[in-house]
Amino acid sequence: MSLETHELSELKSKIGRNPTSTELQIVAAEWSEHCSYKSSKKHLKMLPMTGPLVINEKGYDSGVLDVGGGYVVTAHIESHNHPSAVEPFGGAATGVGGVIRDILSAGTRPIAIFDGLRFGNIEKDQQARWLFKNAVSGVAAYGNCLGIPTIGGEVEFDECYQNYALVDVAAIGFGKKENLIKNHANKGDLVVLLGGSTGRDGIGGSQFASDSLESEDRSAVQIPDPFIEKLIIEAVLEARNQKLIHAMKDLGGGGLSCAISETADALDIGIEMDVQKVHTRESDMHPDEIMVSESQERMLIVTDKIKLKKLETICKKFHIECSVIGHVTSDNQMHVKKGKKTFANLPTDVVANATLLDLPSKKPEYLKTIENEKKLKDISDYSKTLMNLLASPNIASKIWVYSQYDHEVGIRTVVKPGGDASVLRLDNGKFLSAKIDGNPKQCYINPREGAIGCFEEACRNVVCTGAKPIGMLDHLQFGNPKDPEIFWTFLESLKGLTDFAKDFKIPCVGGKVSLYNETPSGPIKPTPVIGVLGLIDKKPLIPQKISENDCLVIIGDTKDEMGGSEYFEYIHKFIGGKCPTVVFSESKKNMKSVLEVIDNGLLKSAHDCSKGGLAIAISELCMRNMIGCKVSLEKVPGEKLDVARILFSESHSRYLLSFDKKNLKKLEDLLKKNKVSFK
Amino acid sequence: MKVGVVVFPGSNCDRDMYHVLTDVFNLDAQYFWHEKPLPKNIDAVILPGGFSYGDRLRAGVIAAHSPIIKDVRKMAEKGIPILGVCNGFQILVESGLLPGVLMKNESLNFMCEWTNLIVENNKTPFTNQFKLHQKIPIPIANGEGRYYADDDVLKQLKKKNQIVFRYSQVVNGSTDRIAGVCNEDGNVVGMMPHPERAVESEINPVDNKPSSLIFESLLSKMGVSN
Repeated sequence: MSLETHELSELKSKIGRNPTSTELQIVAAEWSEHCSYKSSKKHLKMLPMTGPLVINEKGYDSGVLDVGGGYVVTAHIESHNHPSAVEPFGGAATGVGGVIRDILSAGTRPIAIFDGLRFGNIEKDQQARWLFKNAVSGVAAYGNCLGIPTIGGEVEFDECYQNYALVDVAAIGFGKKENLIKNHANKGDLVVLLGGSTGRDGIGGSQFASDSLESEDRSAVQIPDPFIEKLIIEAVLEARNQKLIHAMKDLGGGGLSCAISETADALDIGIEMDVQKVHTRESDMHPDEIMVSESQERMLIVTDKIKLKKLETICKKFHIECSVIGHVTSDNQMHVKKGKKTFANLPTDVVANATLLDLPSKKPEYLKTIENEKKLKDISDYSKTLMNLLASPNIASKIWVYSQYDHEVGIRTVVKPGGDASVLRLDNGKFLSAKIDGNPKQCYINPREGAIGCFEEACRNVVCTGAKPIGMLDHLQFGNPKDPEIFWTFLESLKGLTDFAKDFKIPCVGGKVSLYNETPSGPIKPTPVIGVLGLIDKKPLIPQKISENDCLVIIGDTKDEMGGSEYFEYIHKFIGGKCPTVVFSESKKNMKSVLEVIDNGLLKSAHDCSKGGLAIAISELCMRNMIGCKVSLEKVPGEKLDVARILFSESHSRYLLSFDKKNLKKLEDLLKKNKVSFK
Repeated sequence: MKVGVVVFPGSNCDRDMYHVLTDVFNLDAQYFWHEKPLPKNIDAVILPGGFSYGDRLRAGVIAAHSPIIKDVRKMAEKGIPILGVCNGFQILVESGLLPGVLMKNESLNFMCEWTNLIVENNKTPFTNQFKLHQKIPIPIANGEGRYYADDDVLKQLKKKNQIVFRYSQVVNGSTDRIAGVCNEDGNVVGMMPHPERAVESEINPVDNKPSSLIFESLLSKMGVSN
């Protein structure tokens, strides 16, 4: 763990002397890609982050949205890729723990978890199966123990994740607006570390995550303890109710180094702390280890002397340790001592703000030819092809996964996992719909259009429940950013997401960048994962049983866009072709119309057409209702295409609606009025 | 009528249960932290689900040694209705208030799904509003929910009419498909499924009436009309 030569000389010139070894460790953790976002920060600013519902407050680790009636929803997304690749159970579990604490640190109760999991080919690769099975167990063990329902997600398999795993976890919180923590601190306030003890696990975790994965460095993986996290949640919320918290931050990547420097920098204060006061798991830990340990289940709280007593009483009740490790100063310095001896004394703005990079980018060579379509073998048996696609691990039901997650605890889950988006009831009478989506196969062929597609698909999913999208979370996962070709794909994805977010007025309320996702066989495909939150004012559309003679309508055009489709990749083993693109005006029109027909109570169900295309969307509808459907392919709106393409094209902005025949006229009138293409 | 909801470190269905008792059935419910004594004027006690002590060692075993269990035991002896749901059931079994053992599900996985229960005993304070053999659609969510009783215990359970609920089909490998049992007097009932998740139509995809009868049975036992 060290700084690069130019970073070291930069640090020396900024502080005017040689750094101590502790200072080096602190700065190396904080200036790592994982903590500083030095490669991406400059560019992330392009995303729209404000909107009428967005509440911005300094130092928040999660996005906050005003959902009316005095209530807020918070949301955040994180990944734990490197740890999960070497220790899938612990990596996935601590991934859940970390994002939950981000939700908690705003002063809101976590009410839902989503997971996005990606592995290699589980049909051939035993290790991929092992990673998959244990990552699912890790999410289940942690979330279930906390009593926070894991209500949705997605699982995908692709050769590019061979010997690797992407474990993304998003969390949603809910609370009263008046209870939000208003981060502030006064000189003399106390800095308290609460929760699990600091150990040697997770040392250098953020640096480990900022490097290509070469060794199985299990010591960099943190040990999960969901029971302590559950106690922390209850203790912190009790302290919040008693208004004992001035400022709060969770300890994640970079451990104390990061939490102390970032809190001080955000609040424009200094913090003096003593490592001897930190409660540790082992007695002989060096100050350097204490400062960079990423042991889980710890929160940093700023309070004052009078409130401390009450905070200690709460901690005693829950049998969780809390230590006063330091106090607030006004000198904007991060002062780390052990007893009387100083180990580090650094300006907080130097530590918390690494110099941002402006990395070069270059369009990858492979993109020049990838859109060329190879002549594929004609398929003769459509039924067999459809059966094969339904059996593809990317399309097959994920009930094995979500039945291991307690998705009902909290008694908010109105629409349960297994459909398009899940829906939670809120205490203000409204409903919150949420979904995450990713599509590395399409993003590989066209990073920009692929990323937009993920965004639109997540929007489509929440629209299918009757929700209007109100906020987006992005998680951008790429290989080594120093490779200009990889960095180009990152920038293109980001630009695509920005264009869509601006045009659709959906603010980005939180996000994460995870770089250096490489395996011995090379970088992963560009993998942006997008979460969308939608709000429903009245009632959500809960899919009803479809019965004989009900009608089906498909909204939106089916086009010749098979690149990155399951049909090309799973059936024909062909990577390439033109990836689906979103036409913004059409997408908006279709979204609006679907929301209008749901609002008018005309539908029995709405389902999005995505992976596997129309054929899969209809099959899923049939299986869920244990019914058959008769569909006239010549009526499917869009380009004139051969049968396979009509069946399996993954064109965006399409919805499959089912309804009682008696509503046909009303539905047609409404769709015609909105000039939507449908049949 | 006062109902106590016992909270252990790690309980996570306590708030759901409290909500159902107060907001749905208008009962006067109160939380009781496991280290505090239960007051004498409590009319019924519910041990909610969750992961008390993180399910360390074995689900429910540490909580079974909590100070409050002494009070629960006294109340059980006095005939006060006591219901343990999921982890609450595990705690009642571990504390010896109910017979049998709860083991890992046959699948060895945590299971969250809807299933059907059959009422086998409608004489308890929590089942008196059911018809015998009535079907209850209800969700389960547990990792250690497989009820086990050896032949002697099973014989005893049958003889004393202590089997309260059975699954309508094999769900997790429980002995004789048992999903819930009571003590010999019938006032202490434990069940693995979660009735508190199934009494509101908004979140119940099947039918909220049968699960509601568990709470209405308690009201009826206490002579309170809802």
